[in-house]
Amino acid sequence: MYELTNVTKKYDQGKRSVTALNKVTLSIPDGQMVAIQGPTGGGKSTLLQMLGALDRPSEGTVQLGSSDLSKLGQGPLGEIRAREVGFVFQGFNLIPTLTAQENVETALAPLGVSTPDRTSRAAAALESVGLGERGSHLPAELSGGQQQRVAIARALVKEPAVLLADEPTGNLDEQTRDEIMDLLEGLWRAKGLTLIVVTHDSAVARRAQRRLVIRNGVVREVA
Amino acid sequence: MFVTYLRRELAGRRKQTAIVAIGMALAIALVIIVNAVSSGVQLAQSTVLASVYGVGTDITVSQTPAAPTEGEAGTGGPQNFDFGADAGATTDGTTTVSQSRLSVDRGTTAFDAIALDTASGIDNVSAAAATLSLSNTTFDGALPERSTTDTGTAPTGDDAAVGGTPPSGGPDGAGGSSFSVDSFTVLGLDPADDAVGPLSAVSLTDGRSLESADAGTNVAVLDASYATTAELVVGDTVAIAGTDFTVVGLVTASSADAATASNVYIPLDVAQALSGLTDQVTDIYVQAASSTDIEQIQADVEGALPDATVQTQSDLASSVSGSLSSASDLVKNLGLWLSLIVLAAAFLIAILFTISGVTRRTREFGTLKAIGWSNGRIVRQVAGESLVQGLIGGVVGIAVGLAGILVINLVAPTLTAGAATADPASALGGPGGGFGQATVEAATSDIVLQVPVTLSVILIAVGLAVLGGLLAGAIGGWRASRLSPSEALRSIA
Ligand SMILES: Nc1ncnc2c1ncn2[C@@H]1O[C@H](COP(=O)(O)OP(=O)(O)O)[C@@H](O)[C@H]1O
Ligand SMILES: [Mg+2]
Repeated sequence: MYELTNVTKKYDQGKRSVTALNKVTLSIPDGQMVAIQGPTGGGKSTLLQMLGALDRPSEGTVQLGSSDLSKLGQGPLGEIRAREVGFVFQGFNLIPTLTAQENVETALAPLGVSTPDRTSRAAAALESVGLGERGSHLPAELSGGQQQRVAIARALVKEPAVLLADEPTGNLDEQTRDEIMDLLEGLWRAKGLTLIVVTHDSAVARRAQRRLVIRNGVVREVA
Repeated sequence: MFVTYLRRELAGRRKQTAIVAIGMALAIALVIIVNAVSSGVQLAQSTVLASVYGVGTDITVSQTPAAPTEGEAGTGGPQNFDFGADAGATTDGTTTVSQSRLSVDRGTTAFDAIALDTASGIDNVSAAAATLSLSNTTFDGALPERSTTDTGTAPTGDDAAVGGTPPSGGPDGAGGSSFSVDSFTVLGLDPADDAVGPLSAVSLTDGRSLESADAGTNVAVLDASYATTAELVVGDTVAIAGTDFTVVGLVTASSADAATASNVYIPLDVAQALSGLTDQVTDIYVQAASSTDIEQIQADVEGALPDATVQTQSDLASSVSGSLSSASDLVKNLGLWLSLIVLAAAFLIAILFTISGVTRRTREFGTLKAIGWSNGRIVRQVAGESLVQGLIGGVVGIAVGLAGILVINLVAPTLTAGAATADPASALGGPGGGFGQATVEAATSDIVLQVPVTLSVILIAVGLAVLGGLLAGAIGGWRASRLSPSEALRSIA
């Protein structure tokens, strides 16, 4: 359960200050699938950073469960990222020198999971995204869609409560886009996740239970 | 994960790993070689010094030469050979004169032997010995008999008419003269004392060394190479200042390639008596109880003997001349600076490559932070990579360095060394330089440079590799720790 109250985020861009989020008040119940749309520079990624404990708001509070993310230091925020939040990025963001299996394992490294456990959990996560056979491949040896599947396995292997995806299909062709969205939707249903997807694509957004539009840092619900 | 990631990074970014490692390897190889050559040169220097001054000698004391006063026998000055009117023996119209003189070398001053007691009495002096460094000069001359050239009053008119008597006599039978001057060095030393001083570093090749019982007797020990030149063997006699000495033994420098301090060694009291320098010595050799006492002893001796020149082994090392000393200077100056510069360059390369690596991997580290990696874990990863790169460089560097040392030892360059024999002050440019140098630098030897490999050099190399790696890793890690996790979301430009 997310509870955002009057969240404002300002960035200093040289001499001027940009308000990326302007007094956003928002509540997202557990298990909801939310699509966030809006023009480029509207504040979508910034909102996702607030939700994902990557950064703290300039003003306002971000409540996730019992924690107020706006009050936590870097250490505890890191802990929350490690345990409760899964992230999927537009550019996949896999470590190029690590194999698919090892990339998935990086998500378990901060959790103190034993090596055999880590190996089997990562293998299972790869299996669940349909890449059971590709564990030993480097990212460069995989297609875009396969790389994004590895990234999804990495996000979900720690069994987080929340999955945040920033334009996860932005770099993919239409058919692969649908495959990835099918996968995300399936996992959301199967695991009872809170799934928040930032997208430019209305076809993607239409799959969500709830749609939000951010423009100039202001959030508006779409009926 | 740490090891897997580390391994994958180093293998996956081979070029960066290779460049950093090669830079480090070059620097470390250079440090090893310079270090080893430097100790090789030092070793060679101490070999030369040991052969001249004795193994156990830590400090030598000599007198600063002063302007000679008239007729003072104790100061090496111009030598006069005076012959009286009836000197020499005359046969067949030729008078041969010969005179042998035992005196102190030019540039050397004898001083009262009481200084030995002073030196022995100083704290932490374990042994001291005094020597009298002399040179024996023999003047041989052959000239026409005085009666044939100096017949009396002015020639008469008759004599003039017949053109006088043509000159005769002399070595050429035509009234000419011939002179020769021969000299060799003589060192008087206490025959009872062989723990410290010039004879403590020699090995006996024939006969025996000087013994306590030799005090007051006319016996001599000869430098083996001098004996060969002078065609002398044990049992022969050698004339010193007109006195015959029995050759009882031959000595050679312990290291095959260095000469000993003097040509001839005789008991100190005999040397003093023959040279007229009763109770006088020219050098005192002092052995310290421990190397840590040397400075204190030097200061104390200087205090107790204000006129003395007090030199320690390190001062003496600078009296070694020739290509050995050039090599020493080269290693000390050029080698040291070169290895420092290359080392700094290697560290800089490692640091710059690590920083640029971190910058290139901004999104990677941002992503790891976004999925929950702590700063500490990321710093460890970056530092670990640099450290291993440094260590790879270190291992390669040690291998290259050892190979370099092997090559030097196989080539075995020969260095020539000259060391002041009697008076180190002279070789240091003191009085007696110039003309005096010729006698002073008598002990010239060829030393084959052998470069030792020591554990400490290897440890220094490993330490430098670790240091370089950690330095680069710390700086790179610090950069990585400052990255924001939101870098993961930055759109790919
Ligand atoms: N790290 C940053 N520093 C400065 N300005 C930023 C930063 N991140 C985002 N912004 C600014 O905040 C606004 C919102 O950006 P963002 O949330 O990335 O938009 P979106 O994801 O909707 O395209 C933009 O004007 C952007 O320039
Ligand atoms: Mg964005």
